[in-house]
Amino acid sequence: MNPNLPNSFRSGPDERGHFGIFGGRFVAETLMPLILDLEKAYADAKADPAFQAEMNVYLKDYVGRPSPLYFAERLTEHLGGAKIYLKREELNHTGSHKVNNVLGQIMVARRMGKKRIIAETGAGQHGVATATLCARFGLECVVYMGAVDVERQQPNVIRMEMLGATVVPVQSGARTLKDAMNDALRDWVTNVHNTFYCIGTVAGPHPYPMMVRDFQSIIGHETRKQMQEAEGRLPDSLVACIGGGSNAMGLFHPFLDDPSVEIFGVEAAGHGLTQLHAASLAGGRPGVLHGNRTYLLMDADGQIEEAHSISAGLDYPGIGPEHAWLHETGRVKYLSATDEEALAAFQLLSRLEGIIPALESAHAIAKLSELAPQRPKDHLMVVNLSGRGDKDVPQVGDILKGRKK
Amino acid sequence: MTTRIDARFAELKQQGRSAFVTFVMAGDPDAKTSLDILKALPKAGADVIEIGMPFTDPMADGPSIQAAGLRALKGGMTLRKTLAMVRDFRKDDNATPIVLMGYYNPIYIYGVDSFLADAKEAGVDGLIIVDLPPEEDTELCIPAMKAGLNFIRLATPTTDDKRLPAVLANTSGFVYYVSITGITGAATADSNAVSEAVARIKRHTRLPVCVGFGIRTPDTARAIAENANGAVVGTAIVDVVRGSLDAEGRATPKTVPAVADLVSTLAQGVRGAKQAAE
Ligand SMILES: Cc1ncc(COP(=O)(O)O)c(C=O)c1O
Repeated sequence: MNPNLPNSFRSGPDERGHFGIFGGRFVAETLMPLILDLEKAYADAKADPAFQAEMNVYLKDYVGRPSPLYFAERLTEHLGGAKIYLKREELNHTGSHKVNNVLGQIMVARRMGKKRIIAETGAGQHGVATATLCARFGLECVVYMGAVDVERQQPNVIRMEMLGATVVPVQSGARTLKDAMNDALRDWVTNVHNTFYCIGTVAGPHPYPMMVRDFQSIIGHETRKQMQEAEGRLPDSLVACIGGGSNAMGLFHPFLDDPSVEIFGVEAAGHGLTQLHAASLAGGRPGVLHGNRTYLLMDADGQIEEAHSISAGLDYPGIGPEHAWLHETGRVKYLSATDEEALAAFQLLSRLEGIIPALESAHAIAKLSELAPQRPKDHLMVVNLSGRGDKDVPQVGDILKGRKK
Repeated sequence: MTTRIDARFAELKQQGRSAFVTFVMAGDPDAKTSLDILKALPKAGADVIEIGMPFTDPMADGPSIQAAGLRALKGGMTLRKTLAMVRDFRKDDNATPIVLMGYYNPIYIYGVDSFLADAKEAGVDGLIIVDLPPEEDTELCIPAMKAGLNFIRLATPTTDDKRLPAVLANTSGFVYYVSITGITGAATADSNAVSEAVARIKRHTRLPVCVGFGIRTPDTARAIAENANGAVVGTAIVDVVRGSLDAEGRATPKTVPAVADLVSTLAQGVRGAKQAAE
């Protein structure tokens, strides 16, 4: 734990985009002028009440917000401890929290007059959200996706194509999310004049980690209000899964300065932390990649290592810089769940509550069996259900069928 | 302080010609062949040598240079071995400037201070770090200047007059103008647009301006060298290395001569150019 704790955990980043030593703008010169333009365009939009008003209309009538805060009675009974609420981001249009951020960025892109949108995607949820809003606003959309992920997330590839997007299977490296991000950056450097890069999580060069966090913070703001209405007070703890960390940042941020609220992020431990995994805080150290300084999985020579998770959306060797800082200050505790634990949680939530979660969200659910039973019955715990499992039905179906034989 | 880079550009100015700058990837396809290629470059006509430091995620590079980096990493190349290679090269050549080019993470992990000390000691003259814009100068650029290494910055078609002073502020050795918006090995440089851009940069600085990205042929090299103080060729050289390998990706007796042949052809192109205007 860092002895020099800040007065507020919510004031970052500084004007250079730093959260402590993390964050920054580590990009090629070609992109710098555009990143400075974006920083300015976002600051203007944020200060413009008309921007927020327009967003609110789409958030309500197109995305379907506010998403419910649901008391999971049977899950609570089953675990026998804390009272568990689910923040239902899986009910959003397109099936995950990703749409909150994409809506915001597309509105900024429109203000900047950009007509071509590119994105990277792992599970495909960010790609689907981007393809959806590009369709809605008549923008060209190109989505980079690792060839391995194209295979394991077929339903989302089909959806993106139906929505009119071009999906580019990325053949370089491990052919997963990290490589999709490299190729999106290459496209951006090449087409910087007319192209807006819609990043899917709280990572990348400043201002992306801040901007994406701001757009996702609606999750936490709604949760505050809804918990007040349901229980007359703040929650006692929050739990969310972490790929890059955007659904988690969105839930956590409005609560960071409430010391009574315990906060837990759940990384993907894959086959286990001593084997192949995607837990960059538990198994990585600070380095520089994709425009920011943050915790990364790498070898002794600073070469980036491939991540592994059963969930394509968590399969990334880094994490957003604000999480790296929250980890070092000790404000948020980071845990991890293995592929097996996530699969078990996937089935548990489906059977007990009639809600099939995304494999990503199942990582957060998985840790409840450690966190909830230890806590008293009046402890209020909120878990972010970041997405629904439709996209994972074929993959999990195959795994379970293989086991029955 | 005069560095090897300053001395080389002063010498070329006296001879009335522009520099031919070659890029090769350290450790491609293996450490020994890579050192042999390095040693062959000055004889074949290279005036300045850029050495790529292999990285798993070279975001600004095209498929050729990316693949070269991965070949090198597969062969066990590291940053420490790259510095050792420069040290070996310096045993026979104390004049040709060596510039390391790459991405920041391996240097950050090595440790900035020890890297700068070791690089200087090995005989490195300058650094080009693609993902360190002026906004991040405190990371490496300022410490490198203090350690006596040139920090060579990239200027690009998106670097307008308003931004140029920031880009040039802590640049030394030379300015590297990237002739296209895009990755290495993609488009072909348009020599008219390049000559305008070089003239624009020269209104802001007295440093030599070298141009790279998109130069593959002796004719393009000549056209660029007429307007700039140097022409940089990378992808075309890396492609020749790849083309000379056997089915398993190993070096063959053809590898070093093939690179030397291409480099001398390109060098003739550059030497055929009139002197760039100062
Ligand atoms: C449903 C769902 N949850 C979580 C994530 C992980 O992303 P983040 O950590 O940015 O929320 C993804 C990413 O694709 C996702 O699709």
